[in-house]
Amino acid sequence: MGNLNDEKAINHVHTPVEGTPDKEPPKTSVGVLGWLKENLFSSWFNTILTFIFAWILYVLIKGTLSWVFLSADWNVITKNFALYFVGQYPKEEIWRVWTSLSIVSLLFGFSSGLWKGTVRQLSVTLSVIYAIIAVMPFITGESRVWLGINILFIYAGMFAISKIPKHKVITITGWLISFPVIIFMLHGFGVFSEVSTNLWGGLLLTVLIATVAIVASFPIGVLLALGRMSSKLPIIRWVCIAYIELIRGVPLITILFMAQLMIPLFMGGINIDNVLRVMIGATLFTAAYLAENVRGGLQSIPRGQHEAAQALGLNSTYRTTFIILPQALRAVIPAIVGQCISMFKDTALVAIVGLIDLLGIAQTIVANPKFLGKQMEAYLFIALIYWVISYSMSYASRRLEKNLGVGER
Amino acid sequence: MRKRSWIFLFSIVMAFAFVLAGCSDDSEEASTSNDSGGDSQATSGTSGGSGGSAKPTLERVKERGKIIVGVNGKLPGFGYVDENGEYSGFDVDFGRALAAAIFDDPNAIEFRPLSAQERFTALQTGEIDVLIRNTTWTLTRDTEVGGQFAPTTFYDGQGIMVRKDSGINSLEELEGARIGVQAGTTTELNLADQFRKLGIEYEAVVFEDSNALVAAYEQGSVDAWTTDKSGLVSRQSTLKNPDEHKILSESLSKEPLGPVVRQDDSQWFDIVKWVTLATIEAEELGINSQNIDSFMDSDNPVVRRFVGVESNLGEKLGLTNDFAVRVIKAVGNYGEIYDRHLGPDTVFKLERGLNDLWTNGGLLYSPPFR
Repeated sequence: MGNLNDEKAINHVHTPVEGTPDKEPPKTSVGVLGWLKENLFSSWFNTILTFIFAWILYVLIKGTLSWVFLSADWNVITKNFALYFVGQYPKEEIWRVWTSLSIVSLLFGFSSGLWKGTVRQLSVTLSVIYAIIAVMPFITGESRVWLGINILFIYAGMFAISKIPKHKVITITGWLISFPVIIFMLHGFGVFSEVSTNLWGGLLLTVLIATVAIVASFPIGVLLALGRMSSKLPIIRWVCIAYIELIRGVPLITILFMAQLMIPLFMGGINIDNVLRVMIGATLFTAAYLAENVRGGLQSIPRGQHEAAQALGLNSTYRTTFIILPQALRAVIPAIVGQCISMFKDTALVAIVGLIDLLGIAQTIVANPKFLGKQMEAYLFIALIYWVISYSMSYASRRLEKNLGVGER
Repeated sequence: MRKRSWIFLFSIVMAFAFVLAGCSDDSEEASTSNDSGGDSQATSGTSGGSGGSAKPTLERVKERGKIIVGVNGKLPGFGYVDENGEYSGFDVDFGRALAAAIFDDPNAIEFRPLSAQERFTALQTGEIDVLIRNTTWTLTRDTEVGGQFAPTTFYDGQGIMVRKDSGINSLEELEGARIGVQAGTTTELNLADQFRKLGIEYEAVVFEDSNALVAAYEQGSVDAWTTDKSGLVSRQSTLKNPDEHKILSESLSKEPLGPVVRQDDSQWFDIVKWVTLATIEAEELGINSQNIDSFMDSDNPVVRRFVGVESNLGEKLGLTNDFAVRVIKAVGNYGEIYDRHLGPDTVFKLERGLNDLWTNGGLLYSPPFR
């Protein structure tokens, strides 16, 4: 707030002059005092601003802290802790959720052993989060054991992967098959006792819907973008344009209502699982936006690239797959990640159509007469969860951009 | 730009065409399978009897091994998820009563939390077997929307909350008061209707959001606020000093809430109706979940028929004769359900009022079990 005139800062640069003995700079221009003077009290106007903002900060922090530690009642979190994460998933089957999480942790470990850098930072952060949860006083012993196993998996995977032959193949296939395996674990499909999707809830459901929407919409979005850009196939182009513009002209909540209300009407007696319905709706929605992002990337590729590829004798499939798309996608990574983050947060809308995702479970918990009027605590807690996950994604994307050199061309 | 909007318009037209096609299919199906409504014309339109209505609901429920109940998952006292991850609440217990009557297991049940908008579609398409979601019984919903209302389980009504120190005790004393109300609800219209009828001048302060409304009332920027009485009561317990407020005894509207089923299955309607009535009849007979075993060898013919040792009332419904016993053992009689979720031991401390037996001056009245 204070650094309004940079010119003053230049005056403080300390340059030793030959022949004169080195003197200590005046105390007021270096160290803490110097920094304060330079940044907060450089003029009478900045001094006033500093005091005003200091006062506002003091009031805000004091109010927040006294609410957090004195008047807030965190029982609404601690007594329902498991509900926020897995919803109504049956207690006796909870090991299946833990096993699924362990698979993810192990894969994170593998990946961080392989690629280091950002993935390793994320994995370490994940293990720290596990550890923080594990030391909370209200966590059951069983959960602590599982959290310990997960931390172990992350680090074991990190160090073990390089010693395994074909580690890259194992890790990538691991990620690819992890999703169906996890869905299988969670649902049971007759092998384990079946846990129907209406019992899936909380963060588990939020993450599943977001993952499906993001992963499944990617290929659809790319195809739509290519279709819209194609000049030789007018009918496909028209269909793609119609689809994209129709979906983009409608709010997500409308599509979710359509999915929840219209699909059962159209399908007659056939019952599509309502979690699946929402996943389809979210995927179709995200695909349209993703297509526009990808199209932006495609348009940014100079015509010379097409021509160069053509000159090499590549046919149009090879041209698109190996020359154009990789460059186009790389150019729009920030936009795509932004889309993923917004999709992750948009999943909160499914609470309106009756699914109990993270937001839905918070709403139903505060309807418990024991926790009436504790909305603030519950919503603050889920906001924190949303923030941690969204911020991790945006952090990862920033690092990815840096590594790929996007924006430095 | 013009091309684009033309496509958009075209797509909308197509979408509507599909919707209309879907509706007309449904109404045909409804009129063929509709054996309870007299005029099939009246039940067509939005009423969809689809959802595999070829099979009676009871049969489908038994095949499935559980009953699917549409509930409100976010209404304090009526439906919420407790700390153990189980659904709990007043409405929820009537769902459990049905599960107990059919399967002798109050947990043979799946809850489908529904929003107010999607509840009737879910019912019409057969996604749920019964809707127990604080739904007000109205003529339109009974006819056009295609619902069939079982006996009212909760007589609600719109009420008004005021501060005790305001000295206001009746609607007439609200002359010139600022009354907070939520926008776009029937409560806003009821308030206007009622006060115009009484010839009272007042100032309606309209809020978009109920939380903002309560906050404004607490800060004193409105003198009173209005919504359904059960809502007022549950909100009162969250105010800073609940004892400084009171709810006027007058009601501005009638809100009878109860279970709803589809119109196309009169046997299923009967089951839902008589299971609900069983809880009321049990209270009238003095039977509750604790003492029910002592009634099994009663000499009273009314009791003997109720518990199923005489006559075959349950079989007439397609259930077992001891269905009422199963219900009472699982969830208790009406009074027990009420006390458990809304009564004096809960934070709501809601008086029985209209929801008392007819013998105590309330409206609960069960036709005879014979």
